[in-house]
Amino acid sequence: MAALDDVTVKDGVEEETVEAVKSLAGKYKYGWETDIEMEYAPKGVSTDIVRLISGKNEEPEWMTDWRLAAFARWEQMDEPTWAMVSYPEIDFQDIYYYARPKSMEVKPKSLDEVDPKLLATYEKLGIPLKEQMILAGVEGAEAAPAEGRKVAVDAVFDSVSVGTTFQEELKKAGVIFCSISEAIREHPELVKKYLGTVVPASDNFYATLNSAVFSDGSFVYVPPGVRCPMELSTYFRINAENTGQFERTLIIADKGSYVSYLEGCTAPKRDVAQLHAAVVEIIVEEDAEVKYSTVQNWYPGDENGVGGIYNFVTKRADCRGDRAKVMWTQVETGSAVTWKYPSCILRGDDSQGEFYSIAIANNMQQADTGTKMVHLGRNTKSRIVSKGISAGKAQNTYRGLVSMHPKAKDSRNYTQCDSLLIGDKCGAHTVPYIEVKNNSSRVEHEATTSKVDDEQLFYCRSRGMGEEEAVALVVNGFVKDVLQALPMEFALEAQQLVAISLEGSVG
Amino acid sequence: MLKIKNLHVKLEEEDKQILKGVDLTVGAGEVHAIMGPNGSGKSTMSYVLSGRDGYAVTGGGASLDGADLLEMEPEERAAAGLFLAFQYPVEIPGVGNMTFLRTAVNAQRKARGQDEMSAADFLKLVRAKARTLKIDADMLKRPVNVGFSGGEKKRNEILQMAMLEPKMCILDETDSGLDVDAMKLVAEGVNALRDAGRSFLVITHYQRLLDHIKPDVVHIMADGRIIRSGGPELALEVEQNGYADILSEVA
Repeated sequence: MAALDDVTVKDGVEEETVEAVKSLAGKYKYGWETDIEMEYAPKGVSTDIVRLISGKNEEPEWMTDWRLAAFARWEQMDEPTWAMVSYPEIDFQDIYYYARPKSMEVKPKSLDEVDPKLLATYEKLGIPLKEQMILAGVEGAEAAPAEGRKVAVDAVFDSVSVGTTFQEELKKAGVIFCSISEAIREHPELVKKYLGTVVPASDNFYATLNSAVFSDGSFVYVPPGVRCPMELSTYFRINAENTGQFERTLIIADKGSYVSYLEGCTAPKRDVAQLHAAVVEIIVEEDAEVKYSTVQNWYPGDENGVGGIYNFVTKRADCRGDRAKVMWTQVETGSAVTWKYPSCILRGDDSQGEFYSIAIANNMQQADTGTKMVHLGRNTKSRIVSKGISAGKAQNTYRGLVSMHPKAKDSRNYTQCDSLLIGDKCGAHTVPYIEVKNNSSRVEHEATTSKVDDEQLFYCRSRGMGEEEAVALVVNGFVKDVLQALPMEFALEAQQLVAISLEGSVG
Repeated sequence: MLKIKNLHVKLEEEDKQILKGVDLTVGAGEVHAIMGPNGSGKSTMSYVLSGRDGYAVTGGGASLDGADLLEMEPEERAAAGLFLAFQYPVEIPGVGNMTFLRTAVNAQRKARGQDEMSAADFLKLVRAKARTLKIDADMLKRPVNVGFSGGEKKRNEILQMAMLEPKMCILDETDSGLDVDAMKLVAEGVNALRDAGRSFLVITHYQRLLDHIKPDVVHIMADGRIIRSGGPELALEVEQNGYADILSEVA
């Protein structure tokens, strides 16, 4: 009996999804903009702009210096060209690097003081900034546990964080969850100790640019032995035109702690492409565990490839201590161009890294994404499951590195990347790099490419399902491994996204 | 119920005529069996009726309760009450059997303007039907047909049929690959669905399935035509003498 009851739960989730898919009818539903008075720094980037951003955030001098050093470095660097993506040259002097709602000039002391327009924006996105039990959008889902769950949210609007919920309650548990600008002011010792230690300021073109001009982002510190009492989540929204979003996230899981962190992103529909260059650093100490999930739904541009977000992101986790664990789960459905490789440095012995990814590219979207698993410690394990789905004229590349260093004895990696092509004008590419520098480690790689099988579609249709419903069902099955790794709320949203972004791409 | 008139069909890719004028009428509540040697066009007929791509109708037609079947999309045919139990049921990785069933049931209900079935009602129904086919909870949970044995796949087809409650059921060599016990189970499942408003077209190579599912009419198909029709005794004749006699008779 119990087993069958389990079935109902799952079944319920999927039913909801199918419903949602039908009602959403293939539109990018976050394409609206908030009409709000903004304050901009002048266009372009220079030492003045870097100082200005640092000043706006009331940063100490060491932080300003750190930024300026990064900027000096960036000026010497060239944009990378190795990714399998093409886009018009970006004029880095034609972008606003800082945009904040006027109402945020005086930092609100609590959520009650935040401009109602901003709150309404997140409300509309399904992320109400009220301290409530559960994220909207999942209410009524049969599968949601009846007692509800708490999720703390940090909301970043263009360049600034507008508020973080449940801070008090988290504080009681010893967890610090706030915007990074606040952390720099309030917890400089932690920021100083960890910032740039996973992704150095000189890491790569975009990470270096980010180091110079990042305006806000989220900061998490979970003290030793603490299991974070709720899921943490940051919701990024780009609203202003011609504005780049450069956020910085720093997560520190101290010894024996645990935290699950979710990230969501959306942006209005605009004809001009916008840049998003984020850096995420995660430090995982001995016996600690971090789960980081992303549902990336930036505006992908229209069917002719006009507009959309250029998503150039550096994400890296460092398993510093023994038995540290990190798990990246990402569902990438948005952005015109994606360039993103969430990575794990498995430094501690017996540490583990996992990467689960679904990248869906439709119309003219281009995604070059994957992971790096760098095995440094003994007996380290990593697992990569990547599912790329291409439709329309999209190009989807999996690019991954598995590196076993000489000291990483008895380490293991398992990689499985599957590609699914829908239609005959899209492409899927798999570029695995494997380096093994010891003789006791094992690396397994599996790659498959398949077309949505006509037999499967006919089978579904002969049972009464419409063509699009049939595709959604088959594709959802294909991506199941990844969806199962997501927290419940995101699994729901992700399933909807999977179906939405493939709508109309049958054949 | 089902009327097939002078149906001519060729393969789209190669210019090969498979059906060369099939005439067949199945009345409401009747069970017809179609037998015939390999390559006679039996499976092609089932695919054409259910709307699979790759076949071109070059003449004649087929209707279900007066509605032109060949004009409809596969899902419309399903909603109109046509069901094909596949000879080779298709595997769909990652999609739970239960989810598949429920999506199908609700898609058909929606197409007919009915309300969707609630999760609770659906579960009750599927459990009851699964029990009679000896389909356990595990099989309902597993991905559609993935890793199923031959017998499990065929029982699963019958479960789908039982849940969808079609008017016109076509069973394409449902007995192939089944041992005696599995065949009995499948036949029982089919017999349980027999009623005055439901018709069956049972495609098979062997008489033995017809021991369990008693047909009203037996047709012999060869080279794209029905060459002889008769009562159940015709199947016995084939079983004893093979097709050679009948074929030479016609020729």
